[in-house]
Amino acid sequence: MGENGTKRMALIASKGTLDWAYPPFILASTAVAMEMEVAVFFTFYGLTLLKKKIKASVSPAGNPAMPMKMPFGPEGFQNLSWPIPNIVSGNVPGFETVATSLMKKTFKNKGVATVEELRDICLESGVKLIGCQMTMDVFGFKKDDFIDGVDIGGAATFLEFAADADIQLFV
Amino acid sequence: MTEIQEDRLLDCSGLSCPLPILKTKKTMDGMVGGEVLKMISTDPGSLNDVNAWTSRTSNPLLDATEDDGDYIFFIRKK
Repeated sequence: MGENGTKRMALIASKGTLDWAYPPFILASTAVAMEMEVAVFFTFYGLTLLKKKIKASVSPAGNPAMPMKMPFGPEGFQNLSWPIPNIVSGNVPGFETVATSLMKKTFKNKGVATVEELRDICLESGVKLIGCQMTMDVFGFKKDDFIDGVDIGGAATFLEFAADADIQLFV
Repeated sequence: MTEIQEDRLLDCSGLSCPLPILKTKKTMDGMVGGEVLKMISTDPGSLNDVNAWTSRTSNPLLDATEDDGDYIFFIRKK
């Protein structure tokens, strides 16, 4: 519980691909809408989600459960799932770019917000965004690379908040 | 049965989770206590989501109905 008895949620965002960019921002924005206090600790690849421009992409290579759908054409065609073996998705140049743009288009067709929109809502609604200092040092990121309103800290900064949290999730 | 009269209308047709909830919250922030919001959604998940949101935030859900794929909610601002 936070101060004044409000519920508190603490998330760790550790992944920087497009598919994994969604859960922390969806959960954080919704939890604030449900009157909870929220902090998200962005670490390792998750830290790239705080960059001014989010370049998250998605690759079917190594994700055998990922349905490959076409975001255009008749409904029956759109509902088809195209089996793409790793030998193709992992080796054909540009495949990741194609898969990313297909997924973004499908999201748009289905009325899903963009990651940027959800991140803006998080910022406006007071979600505490913490960037991992150690990851910055390892990958050579500077505070200037990130959007305004990001706190920089380490494990202790996150744990101090998480110690009083009702919900803690590692994404 | 008397029809519930809304003070504000929010159409979330075509939007997916979590946008109907986020937009409902934002719209209700701009309303005064006692006013009623009518929210329309086409997201089948919003039936459970609106129930969860209203119970968590103590804004009474006056009515929730489905009409041919449209989910219609009447929520009173606490």
